[in-house]
Amino acid sequence: MFEELVKRDFKQKYKRSALGMVWSILSPLLMMCVMATIFGHFFGRSIEHYIIYLFSGQVVFNYYTESTNGGMHALMSNARIFTKINVPKYLFLFSKNVSALINFGIILVVYLGFVWFEGITFTWKFLALVYPIVCLIFINLGIGLILSALYIFFRDVEYLYRLFTQIVMYGSAIFYDINRLPQDLQNVFYLNPIFVCITYFRNVVLNNTVPDFWLHALLAGYAVVLFGLGYYVYKKYNYKFLYYV
Amino acid sequence: MPILKVKNVSIKYVTGDFKSIGLKEYVVRKLKNNYKVNEFWANKNITFELERGDMLGIIGTNGAGKSTLLKAISGIMVPSDGSVQREGKIAALLELASGFDGDLTVKENAYLRGALLGYTRKFMDDTYDQIIEFAELKEFEDRPFKHLSSGMKSRLAFSIASLVNPDILILDEVLSVGDGSFRKKSEAKMKEIINSGATTILVSHSLNQVRSMCNKILWLHRGEQITFGSDVQKICDDYQDFLDGKLKI
Repeated sequence: MFEELVKRDFKQKYKRSALGMVWSILSPLLMMCVMATIFGHFFGRSIEHYIIYLFSGQVVFNYYTESTNGGMHALMSNARIFTKINVPKYLFLFSKNVSALINFGIILVVYLGFVWFEGITFTWKFLALVYPIVCLIFINLGIGLILSALYIFFRDVEYLYRLFTQIVMYGSAIFYDINRLPQDLQNVFYLNPIFVCITYFRNVVLNNTVPDFWLHALLAGYAVVLFGLGYYVYKKYNYKFLYYV
Repeated sequence: MPILKVKNVSIKYVTGDFKSIGLKEYVVRKLKNNYKVNEFWANKNITFELERGDMLGIIGTNGAGKSTLLKAISGIMVPSDGSVQREGKIAALLELASGFDGDLTVKENAYLRGALLGYTRKFMDDTYDQIIEFAELKEFEDRPFKHLSSGMKSRLAFSIASLVNPDILILDEVLSVGDGSFRKKSEAKMKEIINSGATTILVSHSLNQVRSMCNKILWLHRGEQITFGSDVQKICDDYQDFLDGKLKI
C-alpha cells in the first residue's frame, strides 16, 4: 500500500509539468546560478570553492523545505481518502517524504558531480555524509508531523510557515560565512538544525574533516527531539483530524 | 458470541469559531478570553449488538447521525465516548466515488484504491480483469480518471470494494449505484455477499427495502437512539407514522 502511495505522489508531481523530472533538477540549479553570480562577488573571494559552499547549503535547505511543505499538506490533500477508508494516516506523510527524499538523492548526485568538477578529491570521509542525511530525514519527518496536524486545525499555518522558512533560509548561512559575525551571534546559528546539517556537509566536502563529537550529538539531539515531538503530536491528535477536515 | 458490539457510543463534533479562524486569530481570542466553541453531539449513547448473519437496517431522517455512526463502526472515527468491538474483516462502502486521483489513469486508481483497502498486489493482479469487467470500463482503463462520468466512477469504486468477502459489510445507500443494468448487477453481488453469511448494516431511506431485507432495526433521531430491536415491521410502522406526523417523539 505504501508503495502505491509513493508511486502516486511521484506521478502526480511529474505528470503535471512538461519537463518532468528534469525540472526538479533545473529549478534549484537555476536558483543557484543566480545566487552564485550575485553573491559570488561579495563572498566568493574569501570562501574557497564558493560554488560548492553555496550548493551544500542549497541542497540541504531544498530538501528540508520540500519535505516539510509536502508533509504539511499531506494529510489535508488526502482527507477525502481517510474520511472514507480506515487507513493509517501517517502513511500519506511518509510517502510524500519518500518522494522528497528521492528528489534529494537526484540533486545530491548533481552536487557530487559539481564537487568532482571543482577538482575536490573524493575520500572515504564522504561516507560520513550518511549521518547528517539520516538525521535530516528524522528532523523533516518530525517537523512534517507537527505541521500537518497544525495545518488541519489552523489553515493560516501555511503562511506562517512560509515566513518561518524564510527566516530559516537566512539563518542557515547558505550564501555567506558566519565567521565574520560576532561570536555570540555565531552561537545562535547552532540553534538551527538546518544550519548544523549544512555545516556538517561543508566540513566533510570542503575541509575533508569529519566534524567533532559535539556536532554529531547536536544533530542527533535535534533528530530525536523533533521526531519525538512529531510522534507525540500525531499520536495525541490523529483521531481528531476527522472532525476538522 | 456477538460479531459487533457497540456500547454507549457517543460522538462529539466541535463547531463554531475553531475551524475557520487561523492560528493568529486563535491566539488573540484566547488571550482576550473571547474564544467560543459549540459542541454538537452527532451520536449519543448508541448501544446495540449484532450476531453473525444479522442484517441491520438503520433508519432516521437526514442529520440523524447515521453516517457518523457508520464511520465509528468501520473504525474510521474514534468515538468520543464508549466503545466499538468487532470481529473479523470489515468492508465499508461509504460515498464511494470520492478519494480518487483525477490525473492518474483508471488502472492506476484501481490499484491504489485496492492497496488502500488492504488488498495485496498479487490479489489485485489476479482480480484486476474481473474488476474492470464488472465495472464495464475496459476501454477506459488507460484514460485519466477525471474523464469518467460520475456514474462510471461509482461503478469502479463499487467493483473494487465489493471484491472482498467481509465478515461485516456496511452499505451507506450504495444500492443505488449506476444505471439500471448496473444496479441489477450490483444488487445481485450484494445479495451474494449477504448470503455468504456476512453481517450487514444497511442505511436506507427506502422503508420497503428495509422491511424486506432486514431482521434488526435501529432508529436514530438527532443523534439519539429511539429504538433498537428485531420487530422490524412494528418499528417501520412507527417510523412511517412519525414521518407522516402522526407520532411525536
